[in-house]
Amino acid sequence: MSRIASLLRASLAGIVLAAFAFALIGPLANLVLWSVAERWYTPYKLPVTYGTRYWEQVFRPTGDAMASLGTSVSIAVLTVVVALALSVPAGYALARLKLPVRALFMIVFLLPQAFPSVAIYINVARIFYNLGINGTVLGVVLVHAAHGLVYSVWIAAAAFAAVDRDLELAARNIGASPLRTFFTVTLPLAAPGVIASGIFVFLESLDEFTGTFFVGVPQVTTLPLLLYNAAMGGNYQVASITALILLVPSVLFMLFIERFLRADVLAKVGA
Amino acid sequence: MSLSQRQLALLLIAPGLALVAALFLYPLLFSLASAFTDPKGGFSLQAFGKAFELYSGDILFTIVIVVSSCALTALAAIAIAGTLTLGENPWIVGTLRALYRWPLFIPFIVAAQCMRTFLAKNGLMNNSFVSLGLMEPLQAVSYLDWRGIIITFVWKQTPFVALLLAGALAALDRATLEAGRNLGASRLRVLLELALPQVMPTLLVALVLSFVTMLSVLSVPMMVAGSQPTMLTVDMAFRINAYGDYATANALGVITYLISAGAAILYLRHGMAKESAP
Repeated sequence: MSRIASLLRASLAGIVLAAFAFALIGPLANLVLWSVAERWYTPYKLPVTYGTRYWEQVFRPTGDAMASLGTSVSIAVLTVVVALALSVPAGYALARLKLPVRALFMIVFLLPQAFPSVAIYINVARIFYNLGINGTVLGVVLVHAAHGLVYSVWIAAAAFAAVDRDLELAARNIGASPLRTFFTVTLPLAAPGVIASGIFVFLESLDEFTGTFFVGVPQVTTLPLLLYNAAMGGNYQVASITALILLVPSVLFMLFIERFLRADVLAKVGA
Repeated sequence: MSLSQRQLALLLIAPGLALVAALFLYPLLFSLASAFTDPKGGFSLQAFGKAFELYSGDILFTIVIVVSSCALTALAAIAIAGTLTLGENPWIVGTLRALYRWPLFIPFIVAAQCMRTFLAKNGLMNNSFVSLGLMEPLQAVSYLDWRGIIITFVWKQTPFVALLLAGALAALDRATLEAGRNLGASRLRVLLELALPQVMPTLLVALVLSFVTMLSVLSVPMMVAGSQPTMLTVDMAFRINAYGDYATANALGVITYLISAGAAILYLRHGMAKESAP
């Protein structure tokens, strides 16, 4: 009797797990199917003809997608440069130096992520329009950098806080200047955390839609905007392929993040 | 001239603060000013009157969507994190652990595109149900409305909440949980009465963050659902792009600030109630 009960239990758990897997993987499977469907219409449950015609169209060197990919990557790289240029000094100050109202400064960097952002972006777009930088790469980079700053500042601060102070003191004792100590001891030791924060900022910028939608249009078309235009225009194949391209860095990041973000750094984030 | 440490620290942090001030605080003040000013430049609540007149349905719609998405996300995350912590079948726990994190790093716009095809009348979900014999072809309906938005939000946010919750549960003292089990409590009871109350702060932080995120997302309501009724983010974009009507758009913006402030206040009140308890 109890064997039947445990068998029932196990099969029930199996069904629940299968339903969970379907809910999780189904939407992604649909995306992959659309990317290789040359013709797919009702009442067919699966694509009528498969092919890579749309992949060729998307990856044609002169195509919109390649141009958008270039725009997206260059915006993301510039955003990382801007964010790190601001967050390495800020993170060092937050981790190592005596700073008045430190907690308040930490919260200030969180604010852009803690507020519903659409209402902010429409006003940023208006301000940028008056300055003449609406629809430019510069405008989009600034918006992405402000949005990503919470990651880069908080993680950089955690990375600097995790560096052993005795090593810095040792360098100072044998005559290194503070600046030299920073560049030869502190920064190299904090580098994995700083790189991780850069990856975070890079991905945030690559995936960002709302800010670019208001500040970048119509001149700056990043991959998310191309995806949106293709989807609203009814071109599901191009939209799905663009979505798959956007997934690649995210998946790589998920697989490798633990290499860069060590537990001792992670434990200090936001502290 | 040599700088004191304090001056050096302020100098180092100033450029970052300046960027946040220019691209967050200044536009925030700009939006407040614009929402409370009439065309002649005086103080008025005119924009709010118009916002309520045109969009009171969408305000309610937004609140219902976000609150129910958060509630369902919480349930799903508790089920996943609870199974990961208290599950006894290594096969089930292993499969779940390998699966549940996948949507975490998927951008909202990609999730929206996935669901746009998956939840359609002839999408993979309905097709699979029909093929499995769970549903007649004629019963297939499109879920691309309020249900689609909720499903997409729950799908996207559950891994985030479950990840934080599972982390907090793993850090709990196992001995208490084992003691509960030994005294004959079922695993469900141990989860709900012993484990969950101890990790409530983590769950609430994750839910408040998800709440604000859902209020900020523009792509999901635009791509997953039709035009009416819709969420306030879409209405704001429409007021700007179609009419250049900044006053009403900013009034709607202030309303979204107030909705998210409501969530933050609930969270803070819970935190204070906890601290004042013995």
